[in-house]
Parts: sequence; C-alpha cells; structure tokens
Amino acid sequence: MRKYWHVFLVGMQNNLTYRFNFLARALFGLIPLVAILCLWQTIYRGKGPGASVGSYSLAEMISYYLLMTVVDALTAVNEDDWQIAADIRDGNISQFLLKPIDYLWYRLSLFVSGRITYLAVALVPLVIFMACFHQYLTLPAGAPALVGCLLAIAMTALLQFFTSYAMAMLAFWVLEVSTFIFILFAFEYIASGHLFPLDILPPTLERALYYTPFPYQLYFPVSLYMGKIAGAEMVRGLFVQLAWVVATYFLARFAWARGIKRYAAAGG
Amino acid sequence: MEATTKVDGSAPAANPASRYFSIYAALWKNSVARELSFKSNFLLWVFVELLWFGLQLSFIGVLYLHTDEIGTWTKWQVVMLIGGSHFIQQIFQAFFLINCTNLSELVRTGKLDFLLLLPVNSRFVVSLRQVDLGAFVNAASAVGIMGYAAHRLHLVPSAWQIVVFLLLSLIGVAIHYSLMFLLATISFWTVRAQGIVWGYYNLFNIARMPDEAFPRLFRAVFTFAIPMLLVSNIPVRVLAGKLQSNSSLFLLLVMSLVCFGASEWGWRASIRQYTSASS
Repeated sequence: MRKYWHVFLVGMQNNLTYRFNFLARALFGLIPLVAILCLWQTIYRGKGPGASVGSYSLAEMISYYLLMTVVDALTAVNEDDWQIAADIRDGNISQFLLKPIDYLWYRLSLFVSGRITYLAVALVPLVIFMACFHQYLTLPAGAPALVGCLLAIAMTALLQFFTSYAMAMLAFWVLEVSTFIFILFAFEYIASGHLFPLDILPPTLERALYYTPFPYQLYFPVSLYMGKIAGAEMVRGLFVQLAWVVATYFLARFAWARGIKRYAAAGG
Repeated sequence: MEATTKVDGSAPAANPASRYFSIYAALWKNSVARELSFKSNFLLWVFVELLWFGLQLSFIGVLYLHTDEIGTWTKWQVVMLIGGSHFIQQIFQAFFLINCTNLSELVRTGKLDFLLLLPVNSRFVVSLRQVDLGAFVNAASAVGIMGYAAHRLHLVPSAWQIVVFLLLSLIGVAIHYSLMFLLATISFWTVRAQGIVWGYYNLFNIARMPDEAFPRLFRAVFTFAIPMLLVSNIPVRVLAGKLQSNSSLFLLLVMSLVCFGASEWGWRASIRQYTSASS
C-alpha cells in the first residue's frame, strides 16, 4: 500500500508542473458549457413561462449541467489512456514486469492524483462560475440521495478508469490507438449525459441505454443527487453500477494478461 | 522537405506565384504519399470525424424533440448550420489544422530551424506543410447533410447564393486559421501547449450554434473579440435566405482581416524571440 502512496505523491508533483495546462482546460471547458446554458435558456423562453422539458424546469436543467460539470471534474479520465498506450508502445512497461509493483494499481494511483490536482486547480474558476449561477444550485434531494450520490461518484470514477485502461490495452495489438479512444469517447460523450440529461430522450432509447455502462459513467450520480432516481431504483442502480465496475475491472485484467503474452518490449 | 530544395534550385528567377505553387504541389505529393502508407488509419480517422458529426446532429435532434424554434431558427435550418459549420471546419482542417498543432512540437524539438532556413516565406511553409486528405471526405459529408437540409426546407439556393456562401466560407476558414495560428504561437513562450488544440475545439462548438440563442454580452464577445458566431452563421444565413442586413457580410470580412493581422503580429513577435531548442 505504501508504495502506491508514493506513486500518488509523485503523481501529484508531476501534475502540478502542468497546472497551467489544467487551468487552461478548465477555463476553455466553461465556454461550451455557458453556450449550452444560454441555448437552453432561449429554448425555455421560447416555450413560455413555467415551461418544462421532460421532467426538467429551467432551474433544474441548469443545475443538471452544473452538477454534471462537477462530477465530470471529479471522475473524468484526462490523459491516462494516452499515457498507458504510450507506455505500452514505447516499451516503458517492461520495468513493471520486473518490479514488485502492479501496473493497474500504479496507474490508478496516478489517476487519483491527477483528479485531485485537476480539482485543486479548477476549483477557483469552478466556484466563481457556480457563484454566478447560485440561484439555480439545489441541495441534494435528501440524506440518502447524498450518500448514494457520493458512492456513485466513487464508482463512476472507477468505471471510467477501468474502461479507459481496458481500451488502452489495445496498444498491445495496434500501433495507433487514438482513433479507438476517440470512438469510445464519442459514445461516452453522448450516452453518458454530457450533452443533455438522458431522461429527455424518447423512453425506449433511454431504456436501451441502461443496458450499456454509459449512463453509469456520469448521468447516474447526477440524477441521484437531483432525486430523479430514488428509493429502490437507486439501490438497484448502485448494484448495477457495481456490477459494471467489477466487469470492467476483469476486462482490464484480462486484456492485460492477453496483451502481455504478445508483448515484445519494443524500445525497452 | 527534399522536394522543395529541388524546386528552389531550378528556377531562382521564376515568378514568385508559380514558384510557390510548385512548392505547394510538392508538399501535396508528400502528403498523399504519407496518407497512402497508413490506409486503415486514414479510414478510421474519417470514421471518427463522421461519428462526431453525427453526434452533433443527434444533439440537435434531441433539442428539437422539445422545441420548434431556437430564436427564429427551425430544426432543418440548424441542421444546415451544423453542416455549414462542419464544412468550414473540415476545409480548415484539410489545409491548416495539423500544421498549427505541429508548431509547438517544432518549437519544442528545435526542428523549426530547418524551416526557417529554407529560402521561402517561413509562415507559408510552417502553415501549409501537410495536407489532411481525410478532411476533404468529411467536408463532402457536410455538403451532403446541407443538401438534405435544403431539401427538407424546400430551399433551392440560386447560383449566386452558392457562390457567396463559398466565398464567405473561405473567409470563415481564414478566421479559423488566423485564430488557431495565433494560439499556436503561444507555444513559443510555454513549451508545452497541447491544451491549445483542445481549447480550440471548444470554440468550434460555438461556431455551430445559432447566433440567436445567445444573450447580448455573449454575442458581442463572440462577434467582435473572437468572431466565432460569424464564421458559419453568416454564410448559412445567406444560403437559407435568413440574412438580416448586408452589413454583416462586411463585418465578417473586416473581422477576418483583423484576425489575420493579429496572427501576423503574433507570429512576428514570436519568431523574433525564438531561440532554437536544438543542441
């Protein structure tokens, strides 16, 4: 455990050297967010006062996007998948085969340190931004909702990480993994609730999405917080999410085990 | 770069336009050869771009499940806007994007020295070194979507409208290029500037949204400071017969000249303080 703690600390220091990059990312990321919020405001205005879209009032819609941004900052994989793929391609993983350190836990420690540094850097712009929209911010739907949401956020982070890790394992088989990463990212972007809350989709489409891991990568914790999913449904959802986390974990392990057999230590 | 030296040696006194043309032809030949050696990768990138294009369209589809208009923009007008914006973005990508993003790498490794030493305009060779052929395929898909949207709108644009649209699109490409190039010159100061490309993708996001969706302040910023709301909104308005006044055409032209001027200033200031990184 101690060695991963050290990895975590080193990761923090490494990430802090790129704080400007993180800050730029956080600031630039707010631009499309503001644009989408304006877009929704215009749509609601066009529909007349007291209008709703699906089950969302304007205030709820805006707080959805604000919460989504926070959860995304806490859980999104930043450059971990690119780095893992590069480690494999350049032969950097050879050292992990010799050392008593597990590559998956090593990367997970780095992922966590990356998220914490990102949050530390992005906190100031994020808080200022939230303050501008404070009238739309709502409290969690209740104590159980808050607990469920926190649990779901932790699992969301793990799910995102294991998915990306498994995806990066493709680097054992193909030279260029960036196209595959972008394809997966496109699906995550639309099907995890990045662009809009999933329950404004036609019901059949929404139900179909629940057979994929995507809603559990972002939408699920936000809708727990807002009380859109509650009670027995929440508990069931948490178990399904746990199942996805376990499944992607084993997928990641399996892909690594298969990949390592083909591994030729290019470059070294 | 081997190809360019040959051209230089052969006709030093030739007229500069034709000299640059033959240099550019040689750069094209290199790019085609490069793409041909990674065929499957080429196809995959085309697929990725198509997927993201489809994603933007489905977002609009979802929005219009719940509303009939955004400002005065109807569903198929917005589809046309997204198509037009994608078209302009892809043409920009075809000629300039990789070159702009490669600039930081050239600075970091010191390879820029070799380009500066060539007896051609440095900005020309830095900006146009590689051509992204896949982007032409994606631009074609954008034209297809625009055609379909026009069909749904029962719109038959006149030849004149199409010509104006194409000219305005070129101006839009020039704005994208100027701004991206300006951003890329930041890499002369901070060596690691990968965040820049990512940042610019966020601006593309705004270019494809209907201008009327935004409150006054936001519109002013993205019209007069970063003219993202002009780049594709104005050309598509011309095509869809939604143009409110001809003065916006003039504004688009002026803003493109301002952006280009700014990028030229940024480039000169950066190159002046460039101290090679090579050993």
